[in-house]
Amino acid sequence: MASGKAIDNVYRVTPPSAAKKLRELNYCAHIVHSHIAHFYALAAPDFVVGPTASSKERNILGVIQKVGTEAGLKVINARAAAQRVQQILGGRATHPVSNIPGGVSRRPTKEEADEIKKISKDSVAFAEWSLQLFDTVVLKNKSYVETILSDTYTIETKYMGLVDEKNRLNFYDGVVRVVDEKGKEIVKFAPSDYLSHIAEHTEPWTYIKFPYLKKYGWKGLTLGEDSGIYRAAPLARFNVSDSLATPKAQEHFIRFFETLGGKPVHNTLANHWARLIELLYAAERMVELSNDNEILSDNIRTIPTETPREGVGVVEAPRGTLFHHYKTDTNGIVTDVNLIVATLNNNAAICLSVKKAAQALVHKGKVSEEILNQVEMAFRAYDPCYACSSHSLPGRTPLIINIRNSNGEIIETLTR
Amino acid sequence: MAKPKVAVYWSAACGGCDVKVLDTNEKILDIAAAVDLLFWPIALDFKYKDVEEMADREIDLCIINGGIRNSEQEHIVKLLRRKSKVVAALGACAISGGIPALANLYDAQSILDYVYHKTTSIDNFQGPLPQPEYDAPEGRLTIPKFYDSVFALDQMIDVQYYIPGCPPPPSLIVKALTAFLQGTLPPPPATVAGEGSVCDECPRERNREAKVKKWKRIAQFTPPADTKKCLLDEGFFCLGPATQAGCEALCIKANIPCEGCMGKPQGVTDRGSKMLSYIASLTDASTEEEAKKILNDVVDQAGLLYRFDLPKSLIGGRRKE
Repeated sequence: MASGKAIDNVYRVTPPSAAKKLRELNYCAHIVHSHIAHFYALAAPDFVVGPTASSKERNILGVIQKVGTEAGLKVINARAAAQRVQQILGGRATHPVSNIPGGVSRRPTKEEADEIKKISKDSVAFAEWSLQLFDTVVLKNKSYVETILSDTYTIETKYMGLVDEKNRLNFYDGVVRVVDEKGKEIVKFAPSDYLSHIAEHTEPWTYIKFPYLKKYGWKGLTLGEDSGIYRAAPLARFNVSDSLATPKAQEHFIRFFETLGGKPVHNTLANHWARLIELLYAAERMVELSNDNEILSDNIRTIPTETPREGVGVVEAPRGTLFHHYKTDTNGIVTDVNLIVATLNNNAAICLSVKKAAQALVHKGKVSEEILNQVEMAFRAYDPCYACSSHSLPGRTPLIINIRNSNGEIIETLTR
Repeated sequence: MAKPKVAVYWSAACGGCDVKVLDTNEKILDIAAAVDLLFWPIALDFKYKDVEEMADREIDLCIINGGIRNSEQEHIVKLLRRKSKVVAALGACAISGGIPALANLYDAQSILDYVYHKTTSIDNFQGPLPQPEYDAPEGRLTIPKFYDSVFALDQMIDVQYYIPGCPPPPSLIVKALTAFLQGTLPPPPATVAGEGSVCDECPRERNREAKVKKWKRIAQFTPPADTKKCLLDEGFFCLGPATQAGCEALCIKANIPCEGCMGKPQGVTDRGSKMLSYIASLTDASTEEEAKKILNDVVDQAGLLYRFDLPKSLIGGRRKE
């Protein structure tokens, strides 16, 4: 979706309103699918099966065993339905093809639009059911709430996310808003202006870059009000938004901040709760868009007439703000490309979250599998998908913990 | 009888193939019940050491998606090969390199130099490049070595089965797994796909008389929504005739020309040459001069003709300067 918007700008063309609505509808369905997969397959095992359970059970199949096959099927069907919406609107659910410069290549038929309406309504019900489940399993469990609020899983950073003109979260479009550790707005900038605000630092020991706010500069892997390190993804989006644009999600948004001690929330594991509230927001937004008759309009494309040149496109990907920037030759063939991918924004924060969790959980050099998993939980709150954001490299969670004694000698090494 | 043991691995991939395994939806529960899932990094919390501890040939079926781009991936797929009876390549990257392999037009040095020294948001254009071994104050840190080229899986290890697509259609994954469970997989090597080319499952109709005066790109032209009109006849560069069936022509149904993700049809040696002969026969030119002029509109031929299979093409990769 970010590439589609970048290419609109490369060709200097604005899609008609119907095309924008179809794209946002498709994109909200993508958020629904991705958030369901992330929560149920990657986060729920730690909460539903338990953070110290054996790794043989601590997985999506273990979750299904615990909540029952019927509930498991409900999860599977809800995600499948969101994929179906993406297939209708995108041509394919994964790697959609319908975004073209100036609009989309196809509008849904009346029957397809009706199907999307029904799926959207069902998705709202599913999101509410998920929040109910989260309430029962996590929020009503004192020790889980303590874990979420614990210092082990808390770091204070700046936050970044896309908001609309009323400072409300929007996944598809808007301006980038950044707030500080106290929740105060630092800057709001147009996507095309991103190079004035973000730069990337490199280190010889990793393929992954470290984006930071230019205003503060790169001060190393340290936090504090002078640090340029910021976070993106669900928790960050909540911290930069004044409210959510749909009624049911807004109620949960208020409860979220009330429960967790007001804005901004710095508790990394709260990402999971925010993710489920975003699931509800995206589903409600699908209902609004699917009930808009304009999505049946034939006016879905503005044909580009200008010579292509350069463009930036930004969306909120499920795991954070996603920047695409292309320069092309006069044929529209890319000559220069720059991507700042969702999770990449969180690279420095992930390093610091893992460090803090390890320091809090590992005592006297004793590390069990359970402790290792609890350290990994600090990582999983952001993203299971690290290879993507490093653009090319290893498809695994590259976590190695060296346990050292007070002389700095390694006494044990734990690896995934 | 013991359940068959299955492992799933991803190397240089985007995660789309794994999503398609999930997209088998409720069938995944049947599959999970019928097999013992030993390893699946994206979904289950197993570690590399779990694989190392397995006996040789302990895994009955190992499904690998993604191409091979670095030393870690080479190590793990070779390890998995040793631990597995049957290996299946899932998706375009594992089968033929996929989109990441378009980088084979360049070498590792120029890619690393571009990514870490030249992209517009980098703060230090002379900063250090990632080092496979780096001596930090705390000790030696190692990361995988980034190779000069992306390799298809069968350029590294023996592969028995191929399930194509970018991403592969979930129906083909179910078809392959069902055949595996029932013991009805064809003798290897074999591809699990549809019959013929994408044209065979496309709802649009070829007009055998059609000739193309101008090749059009979707950037500046809108393909006809009228599902009767063949996109190639209309002058859109559609790879349908040079692409294996099995995807139900989903992109073309969304009015977008086929990009060829299902790979070349059975019996075709080089898909780019196959496609070019189609294009040549469709182009309405009577002189070489005229043909040249019309074909000037076909830009980025490497990307168009070998988007998913550069390492398996006759041209291979590296641009000769």
